[in-house]
Amino acid sequence: MPQTTTQQPDSRAWILRMEGVDKTFGGTVHALSGMSLQVNQGDFISLLGPSGCGKSTALRLIADLLHPTRGRITWSGDHDVGDLGVVFQEPTLMPWATVAQNVWMPLRLRGKSYHAVRDDVLEALRLVGLEKFQTAYPRELSGGMKMRVSIARSMVTHPRLILMDEPFAALDEITRFRLNNDLLALKQKIGCTVIFVTHSVFESVFLSDRIVVMAARPGRVIRELAVDEPYPRDESFRTSPEYAAHCREASAALHAAMDQAA
Amino acid sequence: MSLVEDPPAGAPDIVDADEVRRARARRIERIGKWLLPVAVLVVMIFLWDRIVVWNAIPHYILPGPGAVFETLIEDRAMLFSALLVTLQITMLALAAAVLGGVGLAILFNQSRWFEMSFYPYAVILQVTPVVAIAPLIMIYVDNRIAALVLCAWLVAFFPILANTTLGLHSADHNLRDLFRIYGATRWQRLRYLQIPSALPYFLAGLRIAGGLSLIGAVVAEFVAGTGGMGSGLAFRILEAGYRLNIARMFAALLLVAGTGVIIFAGLSFLSHMLLRKWHESALKRDR
Ligand SMILES: Nc1ncnc2c1ncn2[C@@H]1O[C@H](COP(=O)(O)OP(=O)(O)OP(=O)(O)O)[C@@H](O)[C@H]1O
Ligand SMILES: [Mg+2]
Repeated sequence: MPQTTTQQPDSRAWILRMEGVDKTFGGTVHALSGMSLQVNQGDFISLLGPSGCGKSTALRLIADLLHPTRGRITWSGDHDVGDLGVVFQEPTLMPWATVAQNVWMPLRLRGKSYHAVRDDVLEALRLVGLEKFQTAYPRELSGGMKMRVSIARSMVTHPRLILMDEPFAALDEITRFRLNNDLLALKQKIGCTVIFVTHSVFESVFLSDRIVVMAARPGRVIRELAVDEPYPRDESFRTSPEYAAHCREASAALHAAMDQAA
Repeated sequence: MSLVEDPPAGAPDIVDADEVRRARARRIERIGKWLLPVAVLVVMIFLWDRIVVWNAIPHYILPGPGAVFETLIEDRAMLFSALLVTLQITMLALAAAVLGGVGLAILFNQSRWFEMSFYPYAVILQVTPVVAIAPLIMIYVDNRIAALVLCAWLVAFFPILANTTLGLHSADHNLRDLFRIYGATRWQRLRYLQIPSALPYFLAGLRIAGGLSLIGAVVAEFVAGTGGMGSGLAFRILEAGYRLNIARMFAALLLVAGTGVIIFAGLSFLSHMLLRKWHESALKRDR
């Protein structure tokens, strides 16, 4: 995987830092206040918090779709288009394009012909188990499959960081569990770094090694929990006592966050 | 990562009462869609014919369908050359409406300043009745065909402009964000995101514009009113009216209406072909 950075082989090198970031809308809505976060190579960070606590705002700031009112966001080394992959809550596919064309899109925007990157596109589709559907149109796919295409698209540029904003929130629980497992397998395989927004305590514990719990009004970080359980994690992790303990802890933190907001 | 949901199921094998009922409803709908209008047509023509015969209505008041058909055959050389003229004006106007409407929509979309400056005038052009402007156009534009095309264009271009403008604005917001994140240029965003998003809107506008450019062409011919070489169907209707040749009026009217239907059907087909792979409007649904 080509990395355009000057970082050392140390796998825990940082990639992104948010330092005291504030975001205010219209002078009165404090969507985010004093958020600091360091993202290290290989992290799987969950942002967990009640609705309106600024999770999406944090991602949009990182994606440079918004600019901080105060504070700084810095990338280590050179930061370049394609260092970032994004998955939204909706699959956000182009309905007029086939699955393969959708996955090709980020590369196409960088001037790559399909011929030149065909192998990368197919590899990304293979990773999410959809190589047989490359010529299908999005409407022919189920919700879970569309989400997989969206994930394949986010990975096709081999980004340093992938942002996921409640990607599985709209899916049924069975599909969601399966995609959780698959996402972890994928992370294991390609070693990507992920910031994952969710409302679900269970999802955050199962997936991440760090959980950032946030509270609303103003949106802020109130706790950071470590989930020191080794990867790979599989279905058996869901029934383990450690999992239950982490869920209790995260749940308590989330309730504290909700109390503070109320 | 190999588990994948099954692809959407095709036709179910198991047949129950519901399925049978639905299949029958579909069959009836398919046949009825054609059969019923044709039946209505046959009945209408039959009644028309009978009314004329039973009441002995003279042909200069209301000719029977047979007489109209005879006229259509007898005057075919004159009527079809008139049809060609009208058709030429219609097509030129429609082509100009597509170019002008889409071009303006893209300009409006790319430059907010341009849109703010000129959109009100596009609306003013649209709301002014063409019959009111046409005489002026006839005065200032020497070339008769060009004048007629201009009139028809005025009527036809607005739906394309309005729809395409709406379509270019209607690209999914998350996709826009994604394009921004991937550093798309303006041109890339237009080409890969906005134009495909606008296509269904444009095609809906095109279908309306097709009919309107025919109407525009006919109205403009009425206003222009001059005959001689290269006169279209509308002029032939006027002329036949002066001569109390009602049968020819009906024959020409028939051609105008038929042309309108063919234009609409052709554009609907084009729209279906372009959208059938992905757009909701072109997908078959069980009811
Ligand atoms: N563009 C905007 N203009 C004004 N206010 C905004 C804007 N975007 C977000 N906000 C406000 O900022 C706050 C945080 O919003 P944000 O979308 O980041 O929350 P969230 O944690 O993602 O919530 P959810 O879980 O419901 O998605 C909310 O109060 C929201 O109303
Ligand atoms: Mg959100």
